[in-house]
Amino acid sequence: MMARCAPRLIRPLLNGLNLGKVQSFQCLRIAEHSQAPASLQPERSFGSTHRLHDVPRDTGSADRVTVHFINRDGERLTATAKEGESLLEVVVNQNLGIDGFGACEGTLACSTCHLIFEEDVFQKLDAITDEELDMLDLAYGLTDTSRLGCQVCVKKAMDGVTVQVPVEVADMRRELEVGKQSK
Amino acid sequence: MGSSRGHICWKWGSPLRRLTGFSRLLSTAALGPQICVVGSGPAGFYTAQHLLKHHRLARVDIYEKLPVPFGLVRFGVAPDHPEVKNVINTFTQTAHSDRCAYYGNVTIGKDVTVKELQRAYHAVVLSYGAEDNRILGIPGENLLGVYSARAFVGWYNGLPENRDLKPDLSSETAMVLGQGNVALDVARVLLSPLDVLRKTDITEGSLAAIACSKVKRVWLVGRRGPLQVAFTIKELREMINLPGTRPLLDPADFTGLGDVIKDVPRPRKRLTELMVKSALEKPGEKEASRWASATKEWGLKFRRSPLEVLPAADGKQARGIRMAVTRLEGSGESARAVPTGEVEELECGLILSSIGYRSLPLDSLIPFDPKLGIIPNSLGRVQGAPGLYCSGWVKRGPTGVIITTMNDSFDTAQSVLEDLQTGVLNLSNSKEGFESVRSILHSRGVHPVTFSDWEKIDAAEVARGKLAGKPREKIVDPQEMLQLVSH
Repeated sequence: MMARCAPRLIRPLLNGLNLGKVQSFQCLRIAEHSQAPASLQPERSFGSTHRLHDVPRDTGSADRVTVHFINRDGERLTATAKEGESLLEVVVNQNLGIDGFGACEGTLACSTCHLIFEEDVFQKLDAITDEELDMLDLAYGLTDTSRLGCQVCVKKAMDGVTVQVPVEVADMRRELEVGKQSK
Repeated sequence: MGSSRGHICWKWGSPLRRLTGFSRLLSTAALGPQICVVGSGPAGFYTAQHLLKHHRLARVDIYEKLPVPFGLVRFGVAPDHPEVKNVINTFTQTAHSDRCAYYGNVTIGKDVTVKELQRAYHAVVLSYGAEDNRILGIPGENLLGVYSARAFVGWYNGLPENRDLKPDLSSETAMVLGQGNVALDVARVLLSPLDVLRKTDITEGSLAAIACSKVKRVWLVGRRGPLQVAFTIKELREMINLPGTRPLLDPADFTGLGDVIKDVPRPRKRLTELMVKSALEKPGEKEASRWASATKEWGLKFRRSPLEVLPAADGKQARGIRMAVTRLEGSGESARAVPTGEVEELECGLILSSIGYRSLPLDSLIPFDPKLGIIPNSLGRVQGAPGLYCSGWVKRGPTGVIITTMNDSFDTAQSVLEDLQTGVLNLSNSKEGFESVRSILHSRGVHPVTFSDWEKIDAAEVARGKLAGKPREKIVDPQEMLQLVSH
């Protein structure tokens, strides 16, 4: 199951990986996005090796869409995305510091790219498929305006949109954790 | 190596580490917390990942008893679900971190004790999961033809301890006791077209055995009803659409259910609606034609609780199960199955019990609750054992998918980070980390397998797989793995 947008799936190239090159690329990324808070960690970099081929040349502002992500701790992370990129790709390409985002790398095999949209934005998104609903059903903190980031593609009309990274239920129920077992 | 962030100690720590052992000691001693994680499955790796990401100086060493890492991602996830295994990529990135090291072929509790780890590290996180399974506790459970689903999954996924399982697949009918995703996995592997299995990383040996299998029909049997099934919708949908098969769903089990689930939360509602639709609605043309030409079947049986596995005439082989017919008291997730007094016998020669995994105590000194099968803890802090933490199934019980374990591991890592911040973990006591463990292992003749050793094994598996048109051909003999990396 692939992300429905045109851009390719993210796959790090493990064989023949030149780590030195990757590391310096990551540093370059940090310098570029100075608006990103200092707490962003470049180590969170799966798939970034693939992005070596996808470093955006200067395409000008015409194709860029601004998306704001509200992280679990309330911090606002702003990214500029290319039209057609999935929100998962935006998070990964821009190295946004969202813990554990996109575990299955956009293959509809997890729900870790779960995002909550504003109502009016949600209504205008492309129709959701059964396959996405199946995985969304397993997401923590599911709302009526939830979608999986790997299935939502950035459009020009979404410029300036704000999406919320759901607070995991585990975070909210820290008091009730002891010895709980269902069976 | 992240030099743009300007942390002096980290900056000159890295190149110095490449020099002599002494310099290495100089650069790492007392600079940051030394943490170790026991277990290299999702819990171990996600805990390590979170610690490394949120503490710039922490060193995390991951220990694993097998030579190869990744736990259930490698040995539990079904061969035909490769996308779920993509997490291996992020784990590999973590292992490649300068401040992370992987040590396979080291059995904690035998090669080195938890106490010795605690002397070497500021914090020890137990993430060793659930290596055993719950037992049925009924007569005949040990007859030939009865296996735990856990062992069966281990067998087709190349878990070394299950490689000689040799399950008897000569029976036409198989019963899987349990209605979770593991039950669906084993049913699907038993019934999948060989063409599909052939292209996965299922082991060569188990593929050959399945190719000779006579199993045509698999029942998933639950003690309760359709509203209590534990499997999830994606896996059910996959089963319903499995080529060459038809579902056997008794309409009587599903009539009227549509009304009952009107106000139930969406996940349970959609799951039940899918079962109801498949059981009650006339199939579309394509489906009808597939069902008509199907040579294999699978079905769901409800309200049956196993009482006894019945022996064949030779007294050694299973030939069937005696089941108690139950009814439900209460509703929803907490409904209880109560025997009605009625009893039923079902014929089958292959029984797979899929009633849950189970953790085992690692070391007599570590608190363990045998009833719940977990290490007693509060937010991942082991009760009564400062400096000891736990994450994953050994902390919360053996249920949930990767995201469950991921959140749980982040939670435990958060507890460790808090304790580092507040001084509960005292960093003024400098710890040697692997430096002291290394000499202990050496004195005991134990040779750890490093991550780059694993990458050699990985490359060999991928190369062998390529010859067979598979993503990899798993090596199932730990000795062969060790020989490959010449230990």
